[in-house]
Amino acid sequence: MDLTRSRQHLRATWQSVVDWTGERRLLLVLTPLILLFLFFLVIPIVSLFLRITPEAFFESLANPVVIDALVLSLGTATVSTCIVILMGTPLSYLNARATYRGKEIVDTLVDLPIVMPPAVAGIALLMAFGRRGVIGRYLDMWGVQVAFTTFAVILAQVFVASPFFIRQARASFEAVDRTYEDAARTLGAGRLRVFFRVTVPLAWAGLVSGAILTFARALGEFGATIMFAGNFQGRTQTMPLAIYTTMQGDLNDAISLAIILVIISFAVILLVKYITRRTFRC
Amino acid sequence: MLTVDVAKRLRDFTLEAALEVKKGEVLVLIGENGAGKSTVLNLISGLLTPDRGTMTLDGQVLFSDRERINVPPEKRNIGHLFQSYALFPHLTVYENVAFGLRCRKMPEEAVASRVMSRLEEMDMVALSREPAGSLSGGQRQRVALARALVLEPDLLLLDEPLAALDVKSRASIRKELKESIAAAGIPAIIVTHHFQDAMVFGNQVCLMENGRITLRGLPDDLMKKRENSFISSFFCHCES
Repeated sequence: MDLTRSRQHLRATWQSVVDWTGERRLLLVLTPLILLFLFFLVIPIVSLFLRITPEAFFESLANPVVIDALVLSLGTATVSTCIVILMGTPLSYLNARATYRGKEIVDTLVDLPIVMPPAVAGIALLMAFGRRGVIGRYLDMWGVQVAFTTFAVILAQVFVASPFFIRQARASFEAVDRTYEDAARTLGAGRLRVFFRVTVPLAWAGLVSGAILTFARALGEFGATIMFAGNFQGRTQTMPLAIYTTMQGDLNDAISLAIILVIISFAVILLVKYITRRTFRC
Repeated sequence: MLTVDVAKRLRDFTLEAALEVKKGEVLVLIGENGAGKSTVLNLISGLLTPDRGTMTLDGQVLFSDRERINVPPEKRNIGHLFQSYALFPHLTVYENVAFGLRCRKMPEEAVASRVMSRLEEMDMVALSREPAGSLSGGQRQRVALARALVLEPDLLLLDEPLAALDVKSRASIRKELKESIAAAGIPAIIVTHHFQDAMVFGNQVCLMENGRITLRGLPDDLMKKRENSFISSFFCHCES
């Protein structure tokens, strides 16, 4: 009996040694690959910071091109995020809660801008709202011009960035147990009150992270903006467009703008991670 | 008094519920899973709409297909306790109990006094600032009951009120619950799987099978109908 037990013990020990050496060997093979990939991701970002002195960075920040681009980008991205939240929330909630004919088609349409190349989005917007566009020609008759204005920048950002909020919001609404909404109604809350006092607070983390991702995507919008809104300093030249333009003249300005965008992107990711970690215990 | 005579087409069968519950009386609904017990509660509280029939509570029509009346759930003043208790996890115990009063636009001082006196009655003042998500099963049950009773509802619906509790706390909370229902003096309907609940709470027990009430009577009378397999296993005294 003892002999059997000691044999079993020996076999188990040997097995763990084999497992351990196997794992070690796998780790030895994979580590360089992982490190190489991380190096590939990090080195371009680090290079940005290494290519410019702090003095040159702050000097560039005083350049009107940089200031205009920064102000325009933050302004338009904020407005387009608000528009996406206002227009996208009812749709996300409807798609999370209701079944209706054509829901799949609506879902596909909402997701389309994610896979559509931004240049395609740009030309599509131009065909719709340009001076001779499907809608633009009527707006033109009223003296309203959309293309190549700041409003066009916002439209391009809304078009390209809206799926990020709508997808996230829908998933967050779906995750809210319907019983909470039912309970609130039996307690005397009307539909609107249930939505704002129960559903939204419970979906809050997802809604905020969706909004932040939308803001980040809007901030980085390039292709659709340059085609539909043009590249006019102070009016339609957002940060990515200004990077493209200044790169042909003063590289320091381009690098400074790029660094600002990197910092914002980094902050966005951290913020989203922090917010999504804070969930309610149900 | 609650009178219900409604029908609703469900996926597997047509639910037809006809029942009457007087003030201070407790009707216990028993039956297999999927027999339509919780659906009856949802129809009464207005979360689901019947296809046809009528429903009145203390003379007020809650639903009538002929008169095209369907009072929304928020206007019915019915306390509905869900199996999961459905306490709002983003709110504290106090805010959960105050939720319905605030919906009724009651001044904040009146809300505070009613909530606190209800919590005092249930010996839960110490927990008032706790987030609802951090409570134990028994505490949740009591907060959910306090949240429903603080509104002084005209009817109480309880969907498996003790199912989420362990056997030990079930007996004491059953006693508390019986006292609270008796003190409220309103009609109540309890859905349960537990024989003890039917014996302790029930003035009448109804057995639901495939959406229909097939047997009804006093708990003691029903106990004798051993030819029904569900009744026979339900009253086998093997559950606590």
